[in-house]
Amino acid sequence: MKKFSKVISAVTAAAMIAGSMSMMASAEDTFKIGGIGPMTGAASVYGMAVMNAAQIAVDEINEAGGVNGFQLEFNPQDDEHDAEKSVNAYNTLKDWGMQMLLGTVTSAPCIAVSAEAANDNMFLLTPSGSAVDCITAGDNLFRVCFADPDQGTASAKYIGENGLAEKVAAIYDSSDVYSSGIYATFKAEAENQPFEIVAESAFTADSKTDFSAQIQAAKDAGAELVYMPFYYNEASIVFTQAASMDYSPLWFGVDGMDGILSVEGFDTSLAEGVMLLTPFSADAEDDLTKNFVAKYQEQFGEIPNQFAADAYDGIYIMKAALEQCGATPDMDASAISDAMKAAMTEITVDGLTGAGMTWNAEGEPTKSPKAVVIENGAYKGM
Amino acid sequence: MSFLSYLINGISLGSVYAIIALGYTMVYGIAKMLNFAHGDVIMVGGYAAFTLMMTYSTNPLIAVLGAIVICTVLGITIERVAYRPLRGAASPLAVLITAIGVSYFLQNAVLLIFGSNPKSFQSVVGVPDLKLAGGALMITGETIVTIISCIVIMTVLTLFINKTKPGQAMLAVSEDKGAAQLMGININGTIALTFAIGSGLAAVAGVLLCSAYPSLTPYTGAMPGIKAFVAAVFGGIGSIPGAMVGGILLGVIEILGKAYISSQLADAIVFAVLIVVLLVKPTGLFGKMVQEKV
Repeated sequence: MKKFSKVISAVTAAAMIAGSMSMMASAEDTFKIGGIGPMTGAASVYGMAVMNAAQIAVDEINEAGGVNGFQLEFNPQDDEHDAEKSVNAYNTLKDWGMQMLLGTVTSAPCIAVSAEAANDNMFLLTPSGSAVDCITAGDNLFRVCFADPDQGTASAKYIGENGLAEKVAAIYDSSDVYSSGIYATFKAEAENQPFEIVAESAFTADSKTDFSAQIQAAKDAGAELVYMPFYYNEASIVFTQAASMDYSPLWFGVDGMDGILSVEGFDTSLAEGVMLLTPFSADAEDDLTKNFVAKYQEQFGEIPNQFAADAYDGIYIMKAALEQCGATPDMDASAISDAMKAAMTEITVDGLTGAGMTWNAEGEPTKSPKAVVIENGAYKGM
Repeated sequence: MSFLSYLINGISLGSVYAIIALGYTMVYGIAKMLNFAHGDVIMVGGYAAFTLMMTYSTNPLIAVLGAIVICTVLGITIERVAYRPLRGAASPLAVLITAIGVSYFLQNAVLLIFGSNPKSFQSVVGVPDLKLAGGALMITGETIVTIISCIVIMTVLTLFINKTKPGQAMLAVSEDKGAAQLMGININGTIALTFAIGSGLAAVAGVLLCSAYPSLTPYTGAMPGIKAFVAAVFGGIGSIPGAMVGGILLGVIEILGKAYISSQLADAIVFAVLIVVLLVKPTGLFGKMVQEKV
């Protein structure tokens, strides 16, 4: 018996040594990618989508043999959509040995973390931080999604050039940098367009259950189109309330509207005819989208939204940049960052959110937004 | 005409605040504690009704009854586990902080079970909308049902407290716990009953809130809960008619503020009115002045 326990302890010790050796080994030959986003809290729907999709992309790449022959390791951290917690998560990831960051998911925390990342020269690629300031702190900061101003300008141009309406009302969330950022550029571009903003009303994060006053204002002003640069959660309430108030203008949303059809229990007939600008639609027919949507549904039981698509592309963009510069995991984070920021302006990536995406030195992507309309409960390209 | 529509929208929003405020004010009036988790019990009620309706496709009425049962059990459990052990604590702050803890616990538990994706709640109200002045004015079925429920609940609660034995026991406990116990009243039982009723009301409020404003997330109850608390203070906390009047006034002020002053400042206006009312009448509109005996 005594002998037996000796054998066991010897085996255990050997296993522990082997284990720690393999851990050391894995630290040298994997790229360590950190992820930061809200995985709990009110914005967790976006953070979870990003982390889930990034993991899918990482698993795919690892299965196919990795990047430059090395495996990827992804470590998601929660920031609860809070700037301070986001910086804490960034420091945690640095202690873990992060070499590049996919994040952060939401704009306000991203602005805080990007300042740190610029200081440390840590390569940062935000999948969905769309505020302008998310990537202005340094030249090692890039993004996958459109910047807010582009969306506002593009929406105004689209409405004007297609003659959708003469009288336009706008409702936006003044407490949110995403919504108010888009609206500011929409308003500026509207001056050059053949329509007039007849009513503008705002709401804040603390008063977003009731929109009757805003809808009434739009109705009284006789608006034919209502521009709503905010997220689908609030939009679902707006549609329901407008229907109960007998008001049915054209509705025009931005990428945050994506997801409206997957709200559980929502009467999708209310969203019939809603137009939105979005870089991704889960119903697209190409193989890339179909494969991604099928995998996502199988693993997580939901239709992926645009944030998931941004994150999936984000990992592949990192892969493309790593391959372009031929980086290896034994380089430190700063050296990888220097190599990748040069590579970013040279690569062209075909992803879920756009074909032939390229980046300029400021970190902004070039891709064209697609306008889609909801018909018979599904997105349809326009 | 648009003023009238704003007014109706205000009453509609206010009646939801009022029904939530009834639960707040009742628990405060009797147990003398602010149950900050009340808003989250409302949210649980919404999820309970949603799950019963969507997953088990039960009749809406049965779903509402089911939600009431679930919330009542939840309320009694919260009281037993989180509040009762602290009732003798040296500082009344202990229970208040615990209530905030319970509030976060409920939010995150629901987040874990149902996920963060918003659910759209199908209205349980079958009453048709009321159209006035040739369709220019519209009172939704939800508003009508909410206001009627509010009045019914208010009347039943007042009768219950003043005319029945358990109700009288509640009054006695609210006046003086120690003396009530000496008279043979079971304090723990009475307070548990208060929580049971308050949480049952929360389920009704949750269903009506989500019927009128259909987006259901784990955080749905938080802000309406705080506004309803304000409504209860506004009306005079502890006063049952005060909760109703306070709630409706709050809703009307909020909507008119949004419509005529600024849609962004609506909340600031609401709270400014609250401050003015409390400066003029510190106990709220219907509150009773209680003399502190030294």
